[in-house]
Amino acid sequence: MSALIDVQNLTLEFSTDEGLITAVDNVSFSLNRGEVMGLVGESGSGKSVTAKSLMHLNPANAIYGPKSRITLNTDTGPVDVLSLKRPADLKVVRGGAISMIFQEPMASFAPSISIGKQMIEQLQLHSEMSRAQAREISVEMLDRVGISDPSRRIDQYAFELSGGMRQRAMIAMALSTKPKLLIADEPTTALDVTIQAQVLDLMKDLVKEYDMGIIFITHDLGVVAQTADKVSVMYLGRLVEEGPVREVINQPKHPYTRGLLAALPRLDDLDAPLTPVPGDIPSPLERPDGCVFSTRCKEVVGPVCSAQIPLEEWVDPSHRVACHLHQKESL
Amino acid sequence: MEQRMLISAKGLSVSYRMNKGLFSHSSLRAVDNVSFNIRKGSFFGLVGESGSGKTTLGRALLLAAPISGGEAIYQDDEVRYDLTQIEKAELGDYRRRAQLIFQDPYAALSPRMTVRDIIAEPLEVMNITASREETDARVREIADKCRLNLEHLRRFPHAFSGGQRQRISIARALVSGPQFIIADEAVAALDVSIQADVLNLLKQLQAEMGLTFMFISHDLSVVAHTCDHVAVMYLGRLVEIAPTRKLFAAPKHPYTKALFSAIPSLNPDDRGKAQKLEGEIPSPTNQPRGCKFHTRCPHAIDICKSAEPILETVETEHDVACHRWKELFA
Repeated sequence: MSALIDVQNLTLEFSTDEGLITAVDNVSFSLNRGEVMGLVGESGSGKSVTAKSLMHLNPANAIYGPKSRITLNTDTGPVDVLSLKRPADLKVVRGGAISMIFQEPMASFAPSISIGKQMIEQLQLHSEMSRAQAREISVEMLDRVGISDPSRRIDQYAFELSGGMRQRAMIAMALSTKPKLLIADEPTTALDVTIQAQVLDLMKDLVKEYDMGIIFITHDLGVVAQTADKVSVMYLGRLVEEGPVREVINQPKHPYTRGLLAALPRLDDLDAPLTPVPGDIPSPLERPDGCVFSTRCKEVVGPVCSAQIPLEEWVDPSHRVACHLHQKESL
Repeated sequence: MEQRMLISAKGLSVSYRMNKGLFSHSSLRAVDNVSFNIRKGSFFGLVGESGSGKTTLGRALLLAAPISGGEAIYQDDEVRYDLTQIEKAELGDYRRRAQLIFQDPYAALSPRMTVRDIIAEPLEVMNITASREETDARVREIADKCRLNLEHLRRFPHAFSGGQRQRISIARALVSGPQFIIADEAVAALDVSIQADVLNLLKQLQAEMGLTFMFISHDLSVVAHTCDHVAVMYLGRLVEIAPTRKLFAAPKHPYTKALFSAIPSLNPDDRGKAQKLEGEIPSPTNQPRGCKFHTRCPHAIDICKSAEPILETVETEHDVACHRWKELFA
């Protein structure tokens, strides 16, 4: 069986007044149906831009590299996402086979149009349904995500719902077209821990029920540990480590992944000092040569780190890392 | 061991008037009858979901929200103020002694002012320094303490990252020489790698300058690592207060326990083990009778629906407001 989505050598630059900015640099990964991938990294690491590329949703000044390929395998055959141009063709990756949930549900719903109208509109856009059918399905979906009294709630506006309810409505809307791939961009960051736990549970149930793939973008490694099957760690546009969730969290191979874990306050050891990753993520205009993390890395091997881009090494068949540390070991 | 309290609050309430139509009105109790003490030189954590009244309580202590009942005393080595009846002349002095660090370092700094001017503004507004030279010296001293590069003082905030901006906000809060700092979600908007750096800086400044912090946060793991004491709020009430270690080792309120359990564990093998709290925090305009938490509490019985539990001391320095703490957690 071929992967649900396959990304090969994705490179993305933005052309700006200050010059070309590299946002994503030669990133490859793939995801199967029913699989949850956690995509982690600091702000500015290129997580969101990567995810938006899958929907061909980046602004007009985005320039994709010539070798970049994104292939989406739908029931009707493979789709070459980056070659899609016409709005009618793009529908399949924008709400059809791929849906997206955003961080701030208040900003994602139009404030002056009822939730229901927005849900019905997008259902009609992606199918041949009548208004009444679309409304019926929307009510069903709201009920499925745990919104009580859905036939009344559907006529309410976003401001009338609490943060948790809004995020549930957002999920209902994203899933009503039965997408194959769900991209969730920090879906629980704005929520309280108690509500976050409810929403995460709901998402886990839905993946199973609909046999979808999920790309879960987050900076919270705890959330990843509790939801994802595999983890990809990004830094300054590069994918530095990818592997099964247990291995990456328990035996991180890349110094950046180790740094992120050491910076996290842990509840099982209150005496452990919090160790920040030194310095700030560099501006994309001043990308370091060689390994992009070399300017902040505590485990620099030698001059090679700031001179040569580290190649990806497979430390085992499902776990890869791009770091000179491991290339030295394997010599 | 005798230690002085910087803040002592007893039965403190904050309510807002809500107009319902032309002639009728009701009141919204955002903070309801809370009592606590903050020791001088301590890091006091305040946690709870959004809507629990944490921020309002913090603002009440800064006299930025209307106190409607109870008392709150501020006492440092020099002065003692009764915050409920502070006089206009004293207010200026109190503002110098109690300062706030905001959550969002992108919104809190004016994009049109240089870093030097941002940090110097409190000194000028409060007439603390006599000359420009003195102001500059104070700004440089505090900027250095907050690990800001002194050559960056002439730049504008847009040139800085989130972590650097938050250090600028901290410098601005500290420049007037305050004793009491309220940090309202001060690290919530930062990346984990930077968050650790800012937390370490706050701890270091507290030790060097003898500051007292009230640290408001929804992130319990951050609170566990930073604070000495933690108070848990729910719908305007304090439901539990204890020293951090005691609270995290053995919470005695079902709400505290549920909050801890909801934190996503870093261990992938813990999946499905979390105890789930159903429902959401009720609206403060429509509060349940009895214990405010009974609508979501898995242990609620009849008495919880009718009588409101009072905050009682169950062990040294450990207060809980729950009818059933003894049978559940003793």
